[in-house]
Amino acid sequence: MRLEHFQLIDRVERLDRAGKAIVCRCQVPAESTVFDGHFPGHPLLPGTLMIEAMAQASGLMVLAMFDFRRMPLLIGVDKARVRGMVKPGASLEAEGRLVQEGAGYVAAEGHLTLEGKRVAEAEIRLGTLPFPTETLREEARKFARATGLI
Amino acid sequence: MADYNQATYDTVADIIAEVSSIDRATISPESHAINDLGIDSLDFLDVTFAIDKKFGIKMPVEKWMEDVNEGRAKAEEFFVMRNLVRRIDELVAQKATA
Repeated sequence: MRLEHFQLIDRVERLDRAGKAIVCRCQVPAESTVFDGHFPGHPLLPGTLMIEAMAQASGLMVLAMFDFRRMPLLIGVDKARVRGMVKPGASLEAEGRLVQEGAGYVAAEGHLTLEGKRVAEAEIRLGTLPFPTETLREEARKFARATGLI
Repeated sequence: MADYNQATYDTVADIIAEVSSIDRATISPESHAINDLGIDSLDFLDVTFAIDKKFGIKMPVEKWMEDVNEGRAKAEEFFVMRNLVRRIDELVAQKATA
């Protein structure tokens, strides 16, 4: 995770194109300015970032589904639950699985697990829009290569 | 007699009111979802998701927008509530015969 860059996915571990599902690895950094405030002397990964990790994993799945023709944009989160505390240095698995696809959106089920235990879950909705610029599309491809999506 | 299905209308109006935080009483069969109810494009994606899920359909909203933008249709043909409801019922009927 590069928390200060809002890049929460380190690598793609599995992409199931047929089943439209993805599993990603997220290594929580040992140190980050995020932990300065959350919380002083008791660092924990914020629950909002856990949800973001599931959204980003689902977003990578969308990029693969549409072969980079469309970009994902978070438009909704339902039934979000944070069930465990995540400390600096933890290694998380972020999963996204498609549950519904329509014109301009994708709905996915997100799970976040730590050593086999679920620490967060949410129903994620992503808008899928044409990339506004070629530069952004290329940045997405670059990130996809760096994480092993492609 | 109304030229749309009242039950479908009620369901769609309830969805729009809830998803877009709009007072249900302000929604009428003549309301234009975008111009009158002020539903923006991202919000409309959420409305689409909820309607698709409820009725088990896929509203071709992007195709509708394309038709409007390219002058093949008027926005009210899709986005005025009574017309939106009729199109939803058409999609439900198509699904039933598919």
